[in-house]
Amino acid sequence: MSRTTEILLALAAAALVLLLAWAVPWLRFVLTIALAKGLAVLGILLLLRAGQVSFGHALFLAFAAYAVAFGASTIPEALILLPLAAIGAALLGLVIGLFVVRYREIFFGMLNLALSMVFYSLLEKFYAITHGTDGIRLPPITFAGQTLGSEAQGWAMLVLALVLALGFGALVRTYLASPMGQALAGIKTREARLEFMGASGRSVLLAAYVLSALMAGAGGAVLAMTSRHVTPALAYWTASGELVFIAILGGAGSVFGPFLGAVAYELTRVYAAALVADAWQMILGMVLLLVILFAPGGLWGMGRALLARRRAA
Amino acid sequence: MSVLLSARGLRIAFGGLKAADGIDLDVMEGEFLAIIGPNGAGKTTFINMTTGYLRPQAGSITYDGRPILGMKPRRIVRAGIARSFQLPQLFTEHTVLENAALAIAAREGLWSPLAPLLRRRFRAEAEELLDRFGLLPLAGRRADALNEGARKLADIAMAVALRPRLLLMDEPTSGVASAEKMAVVETLARVLRQSRVTAVFVEHDMDVVARFADRVAVWGQGKIMALGPPEQILNDPAVLRDVIGIAPREGSHAAA
Ligand SMILES: Nc1ncnc2c1ncn2[C@@H]1O[C@H](COP(=O)(O)OP(=O)(O)O)[C@@H](O)[C@H]1O
Ligand SMILES: [Mg+2]
Repeated sequence: MSRTTEILLALAAAALVLLLAWAVPWLRFVLTIALAKGLAVLGILLLLRAGQVSFGHALFLAFAAYAVAFGASTIPEALILLPLAAIGAALLGLVIGLFVVRYREIFFGMLNLALSMVFYSLLEKFYAITHGTDGIRLPPITFAGQTLGSEAQGWAMLVLALVLALGFGALVRTYLASPMGQALAGIKTREARLEFMGASGRSVLLAAYVLSALMAGAGGAVLAMTSRHVTPALAYWTASGELVFIAILGGAGSVFGPFLGAVAYELTRVYAAALVADAWQMILGMVLLLVILFAPGGLWGMGRALLARRRAA
Repeated sequence: MSVLLSARGLRIAFGGLKAADGIDLDVMEGEFLAIIGPNGAGKTTFINMTTGYLRPQAGSITYDGRPILGMKPRRIVRAGIARSFQLPQLFTEHTVLENAALAIAAREGLWSPLAPLLRRRFRAEAEELLDRFGLLPLAGRRADALNEGARKLADIAMAVALRPRLLLMDEPTSGVASAEKMAVVETLARVLRQSRVTAVFVEHDMDVVARFADRVAVWGQGKIMALGPPEQILNDPAVLRDVIGIAPREGSHAAA
């Protein structure tokens, strides 16, 4: 797919999201949450390129969400809170990354899981600061200095999420095509060769890890400001598993995958919860099974194959 | 001619097996030095020690007058020593062109903020490089779809892409079809001479050694058994018996 096609497709998808949110008002919230998670999944995709799976990336999302919750009382401005929280998550990603990029595969995955669970229990145990499982409710925040009504606030968050999705999507696409991105994919197949080309596989992975933490942080900030309530569940290991699930559902072959996957996931969840409340986990499991067996390229891969067939016909 | 690489008293043992048992060797700037010897003699081990992959238990290595022992492989590469591998080490899911372009990008610095903007230049240089190795027709193929000879060449091309001053090649012609072998080495030698690269290569084909080596070192059980110009070494009865007897000179009756 050419770059122009991808840009047009991304803009069309963004317009479709806005249209849906306008036509079906309650979808606005769902779509914003989906895009926020999609940002974190974009980070999972980056690490997948190196053949590594993080089962703990909800840590960075939750960290930024709590940073927003804590910061909102001092600086109640979305456009300042969001970058601060995201950069905070990226710095945490740097510190944790320096440690975890020394490991690969199952050890990498499990170390991420372990660290996220440490963070989860900190959130849960320090009741005096975090209010434990009750979580923290966000005070009202301004958007570009404006105090918005809840309707306008909802739209502002959706547009913000869309802008971030488009921006980070473009960034990741450029990154993957750049030498750093190529080297990242090289970690998967022949990391030792990188060393004999004068480069360090660990630093290449670290750069991707920090970027993934930054994006998860941006997603977490949007999530917190949209749901206006943060709880330790954001950091629980199932939340991290959900991000990996969405990455596989959407497809890791393109930056469209994470967002397509996240929107499909959130919509299914909402409808399934309404229709068959108890069977939601089962539906989830079945869908994952079907994707792995019949569409390893995920929803994005399926969509592309259909498009190609229609064009060929 | 000045000494570019100097190894003194290198020793390493794996269990009881001495893979290097007091190796002393000077590589002169600009020369092509062939290493011959039976399998298991310690030829690859010498390359591994020189490139920082293995640390000898004793001895020293200096490159361009500076000690390099204990340096990480990537720092040794940055100092100007590149290597190719007995078993090609390619990024198997990348195309041949991407492999070469990545080596070039690594030489220029992956972290350079300009790197994403120079992609086109890297690819152009990669194409030129592959062309010199006769690999251009395969540029778009995935590295794991190549036959062994082409993989071997791509592996060497990636080392050459780093613009080393010293290039260590581990059996560059193994896997290359014997009909193409001479042409391939001819090309390789031309590329290296043009860029004034000093080369050390492990080689089993004595015709290739006779034609391209300025000096030959004979490895045996972790020691250098003989060292000298090819005319002398390849006619030494002991070498003929112990080394060439094991790796017979291919088609030597036809050449004679
Ligand atoms: N990393 C290693 N660990 C254990 N044994 C090794 C290692 N590298 C080489 N050897 C052994 O050292 C000997 C010399 O190996 P090598 O240098 O590969 O020989 P050559 O390249 O001359 O065929 C062999 O017996 C080999 O099995
Ligand atoms: Mg060997």
